[in-house]
Amino acid sequence: MDDTILLAHGSGGKLSHELVEKTFLPFLANPALNKLDDSAIFEASGRLAFTTDGYVVNPIFFPGGDIGKLAVCGTVNDLSMNGARPLYLSLSAIIEEGFLLTELEHIVQSIKRAAEEAGVSIIAGDTKVVNRGQADKLFITTSGVGIVPPGVDISGANARAGDKVLLSGTIGDHGIAIMSQREGLKFSMTLKSDCAPLNKLVSQMLEISSRIHCLRDPTRGGLATTLNELARQSNAGIVIEEAKIPVKEEVKAACELLGLDPIYVANEGKLVAVVDPADADKILARMRKNRYGRDATVIGEVTNQHPGKVVMKTKLGPSRIVDMLSGELLPRIC
Amino acid sequence: MKFIDEYQDNRLARGLARRIAQHSTKTVRLMEFCGGHTHAILRYGIRQLVPRTVDLRSGPGCPVCVTASADLDKAIALAKLPGVIITTFGDMIRVPGSYSSLQKAKAEGADIRVVYSTLDAVEIAKANPGNSVIFIGIGFETTAPTIAASILRAQQDKIDNFYVVSLNKLTPPVMKALLDSGEVKLDGIVCPGHVSVIIGSHPYEFIPRDYGVACVVSGFEPLDILLCIDKLVEQIERSEPKVEIAYPRGVKPEGNKKARQLMEDVFEIGEANWRGIGIVPESGLKIRGKYEQFDADKAFSVRLKPPKEPKGCRCGDVIRGAATPLECQLFKKVCTPESPVGPCMVSSEGACAAYYQYGATEDLWGS
Repeated sequence: MDDTILLAHGSGGKLSHELVEKTFLPFLANPALNKLDDSAIFEASGRLAFTTDGYVVNPIFFPGGDIGKLAVCGTVNDLSMNGARPLYLSLSAIIEEGFLLTELEHIVQSIKRAAEEAGVSIIAGDTKVVNRGQADKLFITTSGVGIVPPGVDISGANARAGDKVLLSGTIGDHGIAIMSQREGLKFSMTLKSDCAPLNKLVSQMLEISSRIHCLRDPTRGGLATTLNELARQSNAGIVIEEAKIPVKEEVKAACELLGLDPIYVANEGKLVAVVDPADADKILARMRKNRYGRDATVIGEVTNQHPGKVVMKTKLGPSRIVDMLSGELLPRIC
Repeated sequence: MKFIDEYQDNRLARGLARRIAQHSTKTVRLMEFCGGHTHAILRYGIRQLVPRTVDLRSGPGCPVCVTASADLDKAIALAKLPGVIITTFGDMIRVPGSYSSLQKAKAEGADIRVVYSTLDAVEIAKANPGNSVIFIGIGFETTAPTIAASILRAQQDKIDNFYVVSLNKLTPPVMKALLDSGEVKLDGIVCPGHVSVIIGSHPYEFIPRDYGVACVVSGFEPLDILLCIDKLVEQIERSEPKVEIAYPRGVKPEGNKKARQLMEDVFEIGEANWRGIGIVPESGLKIRGKYEQFDADKAFSVRLKPPKEPKGCRCGDVIRGAATPLECQLFKKVCTPESPVGPCMVSSEGACAAYYQYGATEDLWGS
């Protein structure tokens, strides 16, 4: 096979079959996918959760992951944030002509590893090849199906006054790791993206408490945007303390250098949980036993003051409003 | 890298705030020149820590905000020329010009690219020899040396398709213009930190001497700013205005000589057009004749309609410190970060964006 992806790999003909059979199937094989039928058939019963997401990250390889791992973890996490147990994913890849086959294989292997870790199967897939310039190297879309266990009712609208706001770990790792690799902004650091599947962490939390009200992963827009979403959806106020939010030294330093606030920087392996205060301690203790919740901590609480708004007590003591991210995160000029 | 936490220490901050409150007897109006300072003040709640006798006003220190509509219109017109690639810093593309914006021009097919460093623009020129790559050079003394370096790099690498529109502006001359106008009575200036890394503190000496206004250079961490306010209040209380540095880890009185030499080699001083202020003599940097092959103003000519300002927008007043964003009728009602009317709401260093983002309200200000 050639070293690069050709338009013919997307023609539907021999090369297309070869691409699927040699590059995707050996890694992602499972009974439903192996059939190569037009759709995958699976058994499921109960309440199902269904989600979809597109991945266009640039650069596609970054410290701590790549677009493949992200495409699996992102969709697994979206299902998990409603308390669903992720089962099956579909994956569609749009590949730019000229993309290196070795890089594609590398990404498929990382899809395999992420899916194995999360315990999900890719049961349907598609590949398309577009002319050079019509896509940027590789775009991936994944959709996922999961089962919501009986009695679980988790939604962004469920926060109540008095609830505790838990954060599973340090913020800003993914966004800063990506920025450190972006063209024109390269700086060397040991920081890695936190990209990780959170479904096991969530199921462990659900095992220990039935009073988890909201879960959300603070991806684009960061912690600030996620908290605002929860405050608006629940029509409740949220108060957090800046000093309690864990931020790695490298992230702090990079944020100071670039003039960014870590609460707006993206994460791919963190979650915010709004929980009943009576269960907060035991949930926290359980989270800390999982590697993805090791640094979990209480960062604030829900209040019936200022509904729909997030207020943060700054490190210096005074409080201020925390708004959603607007526009893009851009480094300062001056 | 541990230094960041120390400069955000809660106990030290409260101690400094108490000290300011103890020796502040008269009401003082201070201008933080730099948009970065405005953001830090609001982000950390410094306004609530200092006594009500201290009135903080935002100044013209936001490179995107002070770019005149006419210059934006020129950038947009250049972007529409065939074969041109416009390169610029991110915030610029969202600022509304008189009739359009770079963002709209981009959506209509113009090739406009956001860069983080001027040297990236040189790289884009290298990679696209068939195009003319124009960098829209905004900024103060902080960015001017890097723009100078990019012109020298282009010359060294014999790149003949790289151009700069020099909209670089100088800090001390515009401070002089504001003080000369007498529109806003100031007692002290929180002088810019990063600009002073380059120019040092000597260029501000005319301010206490000729205008009796206190000057203290500040860093951008909350303790830097509180220390700066403390020193300003102390000078004003004693009626002993002078230039001080409250940011000694970054700024030396003589500045950075090498960076200034770079600037002086490539640029000469000329007038500049400031939004809200107008033409200020000797407040801009023009590309010297020996580098004119890189001067976009020499290489391209575009016809422009007369510029116009957005109706009701008070960015000009905000830039001069004559109004706070809260006094603008459009603030938060019509003008938001999602649909900005003026540049101060667009830029991450703009005063209106800071007031909006950190939820500043009248009661916080007591005005």
